[in-house]
Amino acid sequence: MSKLKLATVWLDGCSGCHMSFLDMDERLLELAELVDVVYSPLVDAKEFPAGVDIALVEGAVSSADDEKKIRKVRAHSKMLVAMGDCAVTGNVPSMRNPIGPEAILNRAYMENASAQQQIPCVVVPKLLKVVRPVHELVTVDVFLPGCPPSAATFHTVLMALVNGEPLDIPALTRFGA
Amino acid sequence: MSDAVEVKTLIIDERPVSARRGQTILEVAREYGIHIPTLCHLDGLSDVGACRLCLVEIKGSSKLVPACVATVSEGMEVSTNTERLLKIRRTILELLFAERNHICSVCVASGHCELQSLAQELGLTHIRLPYRNPQLPVDASHERFTADHNRCILCTRCVRVCAEVEGAHVWDVMGRGIDCLIISDLHEDWGASTSCTSCGKCVEVCPTGALFNKSKIGSGHPKDPYFLPFLNQMRDAR
Ligand code: SF4
Ligand code: FES
Repeated sequence: MSKLKLATVWLDGCSGCHMSFLDMDERLLELAELVDVVYSPLVDAKEFPAGVDIALVEGAVSSADDEKKIRKVRAHSKMLVAMGDCAVTGNVPSMRNPIGPEAILNRAYMENASAQQQIPCVVVPKLLKVVRPVHELVTVDVFLPGCPPSAATFHTVLMALVNGEPLDIPALTRFGA
Repeated sequence: MSDAVEVKTLIIDERPVSARRGQTILEVAREYGIHIPTLCHLDGLSDVGACRLCLVEIKGSSKLVPACVATVSEGMEVSTNTERLLKIRRTILELLFAERNHICSVCVASGHCELQSLAQELGLTHIRLPYRNPQLPVDASHERFTADHNRCILCTRCVRVCAEVEGAHVWDVMGRGIDCLIISDLHEDWGASTSCTSCGKCVEVCPTGALFNKSKIGSGHPKDPYFLPFLNQMRDAR
């Protein structure tokens, strides 16, 4: 059997979900027998490839760049997993929604800056008006709440997805877990 | 009329059960170990039927009734757990999550929140409705407690415990519909309230992180509303 192609994507999240993924420790070896990690902040590939079987997406959709990425990920993946609360609910990144992006940029780059007060406008992507969970932009196949989901949750879920077994996610994790 | 207890016989989830006249469907179900999810109901407080999570089906009626306020009648056939009810309960929770800013990961009540655990119990893994992201106040003016309206689900437990048990009636509800807000006194800072006795009962009964004790920030915030029925019993005995 050829190995499944696994990708992991990092949008607006703290990387905690990826850390928790790595926390699978020696179970990663077991996983490596079953999947090839074809794209991830943890590997070298620069472009999201076509024909991905499972894409794990960390983070909310907060910038124009996140939006571009998530559409490509969706188009190139058979199964998209919203990984962690930011991807599932918007979570901490969405806490700026009630006040909007201008207020948050001003606080960070003007009010709190002692030198070089300026709002970055080159290289960094433009913030969207509203931070949204992944499923508000593209179809999500599996929702994995948790901040972050535990390594044990990752292991159970990935083994079930790879082996095509049934999954009872609410029995494993919840919002804020 | 005699004082003899009038017994009603009815069916809940295909089980024959007996009840006393005037008992609510919820009370009877619980006596028989039949679980109906609730949020605004709390043992020891009056019932207001605000959250609708306890809705049940009655045979022969297309109307759903809240089990916490509907009383039993002879021959009634109640279903508490149909697909239709589960769907409605999930949607109610989704509406609550979408209505205000419930960020579980940074909430003082995470791990001890009734909204969070009900979502898990009813199998919610995401909210299908768009989040409203309203801008809401946080009142930290009280020296010991905080009211964070981002987390309030308007169950009115705080209002009832303060009025019915503590007797102070500091809390009430202002506005209508989506603009409802729990207020202290006449919409004044909680810390400036002259009627608040700082007893903390509202904090203990609040099912979410909307009312919390400042000393418990960062330590997990278990709530302890279980003293209420005992307090009521002691009062009745006097
Ligand atoms: S503050 Fe808490 S107890 Fe009061 S209405 Fe809101 S959620 Fe209910
Ligand atoms: S518990 Fe019955 S309506 Fe809230």
